[in-house]
Amino acid sequence: MKADPIGVATGSHYLDGDHACAEGAIAAGCRFLAGYPITPSTEVAERIAERFPKVGGMFIQMEDELASMAAIIGAAWTGVKTMTVTSGPGFSLMMENLGLAVMMETPCVIVNVQRGGPSTGLPTLTAQADMMQARWGSHGDYEIIAISPNSPQECFDLVITAFNLSERWRVPVLFMMDECVGHMTEKVEIPEADRIEITPRKYYKGDKKKYKPFNFNDSSNITPMVKAGDGYFIHLTGLTHVENGYPVISAEAQDKNVRHLVDKIKKNEEKICILEEDQINDAEVIVISYGISSRVALKAVHEAREKGLKVGVLRLITVWPFPEKRIRQLAKQVKAFVVPELNLGQVVLEVERCSSGQTKTILVPHAGGSVHNPNDILAAIEETVA
Amino acid sequence: MSKEKQPLTDTLHIPEPEDELTHPMKDYLRSERLPHIWCSTCGIGTVITAFITGLEKSKLEKEKVAVVSGIGCSGRAAGYIRLDSFHTTHGRAIPFATGLALGNPELKVAIISGDGDLTAIGGNHFIHAARRNMNLTIICINNFNYAMTGGQAGPTTPLKANASTAPYGCYEYPFSLPFLAESSGAVFVARWTSLHVRRLAKSISEALLKPGFSFIEVISPCPTLYARRNRLGTGLDLMKFYHDNAVIKHGADTSQVDIKYQESIIVGKFVDKDKPTFFESRNNFLKDRLGNHFIPYKGPEKI
Repeated sequence: MKADPIGVATGSHYLDGDHACAEGAIAAGCRFLAGYPITPSTEVAERIAERFPKVGGMFIQMEDELASMAAIIGAAWTGVKTMTVTSGPGFSLMMENLGLAVMMETPCVIVNVQRGGPSTGLPTLTAQADMMQARWGSHGDYEIIAISPNSPQECFDLVITAFNLSERWRVPVLFMMDECVGHMTEKVEIPEADRIEITPRKYYKGDKKKYKPFNFNDSSNITPMVKAGDGYFIHLTGLTHVENGYPVISAEAQDKNVRHLVDKIKKNEEKICILEEDQINDAEVIVISYGISSRVALKAVHEAREKGLKVGVLRLITVWPFPEKRIRQLAKQVKAFVVPELNLGQVVLEVERCSSGQTKTILVPHAGGSVHNPNDILAAIEETVA
Repeated sequence: MSKEKQPLTDTLHIPEPEDELTHPMKDYLRSERLPHIWCSTCGIGTVITAFITGLEKSKLEKEKVAVVSGIGCSGRAAGYIRLDSFHTTHGRAIPFATGLALGNPELKVAIISGDGDLTAIGGNHFIHAARRNMNLTIICINNFNYAMTGGQAGPTTPLKANASTAPYGCYEYPFSLPFLAESSGAVFVARWTSLHVRRLAKSISEALLKPGFSFIEVISPCPTLYARRNRLGTGLDLMKFYHDNAVIKHGADTSQVDIKYQESIIVGKFVDKDKPTFFESRNNFLKDRLGNHFIPYKGPEKI
């Protein structure tokens, strides 16, 4: 399906990542946003507040992030595409209801324009320190999809991908921007609506009495949804449930329910993961990065190549699910992975896990507040081949 | 258990095994989920009955009514009612319902939940949904304690009443929920006890038909925890207490309807006024400001 032209601001723009993200959401068909102001994400909500009344959307500023997250789940079950936007402290408040969205298998997009933490941290400065929170933040076992854009153009393009993956897998998708990408202004090309591919929601159309909101037996065939108000009289709960949505409190029901939540993402890792690879074939060292750090790393990789070092690049466009198979494969081929990230070691743990025994993994840590100095990444590359 | 036939009495019809047993409200209940989890003589079941009676009375199209609950004993209400029904997270029934009500403006969304869920952990959502005059009907079943978790004190536990986390009696001032609702902006406020089944059903029907934020508090016995701990007897004893101590005062000033421990309870319809809902205000305001550039939100496309 193609995008509805009403929401697509086709043309060449000069936008920051926050505004580009808002435009991408509108182009993706998002027509419901509930949010609460927080630096450095507020501009997304501000642009939506201005644009939605002109494209038939519904924006509401809620009383907090708990409410914002709850509201987008409720709204999603009426058949509208929904999103909320926040940063670290608000992301923490959303974790409880993120779990509800996971449990109710509700498509929705949560934008986190990351800033330094913990707690109030660095409201106006960048970090990538919520990556493990994105992976594990809500209690219980589940898998999630998280996408990390590295430019305003990608904030537009990839938030559409976020909505599409969310509909495809009936799962909340975390759009993990950072303050740097959110506030950097660059050229953003918004294509014609008929060149934007949209995954529409799948709806059930059979016998109303036979509808079951879940299917725990087939992890790649996601159950179509219905809308509240259409006479299906669905029941959904945050409790452990069976396929008709009714709660069942037993170890057996728990196993089926939770395995399904995990399997539908984990077993489809290769269908979901989006990676960008460059100069991999002859590489002895691969720099694995995501978001803004992937742009900073390019300078280091370029300089290393000029020095004759065989360095390749692997960019995690989707960070979660983690591309285990590909990393395991590459681990056999290279002498080392170098992982720069704006935290003191988060995604690097996954790289280490997948490469254990095969190759070494070097973290280039940075506590946030600015981006890396490319020389630090270069030094790490040189260290690995020394 | 013995399967012997029980003796028939003159007043009670004991059905024969071959009789088809149907519940008079079967169309509104998820009978496959019965029996429910509530204790004998708990008031929640009565409130559900009143809700269904009120809903029928309102003549609202069943398909267009959704029910949302939070967590706790009353939070299980959504699980037994055959409407689109959502059992959400603790305290978040109101914002979840806000999403439903705004996502599809054709829906009437009712929230059935407890006093702790709606006004302690969910208190912020409660006052803000009332302030916005969101199109929601809130039925708050107030049993003066957190029953599901074992009878802890909550925001409505009366001064001096005993609770498991107030073992020497409660020394915190409780909320007066009708006062809280009215001061926050509710357009319809009523209070009944679970003894007042017909009056409660009538209020529910009125509230469902009232555009905007309507609030009904239902004082309800918790025989297993609150009543037992405070030695108030069984659920039946509490019903007798309501009978002897509830005073109907329609239009009462909500600042004067505080509940004191085992004293009289003022009930009735306190507030019924008109004010544009969030949705109406938004549409009228934006139409005025944006003219033809305004595209009203129409809800999901029909499929």
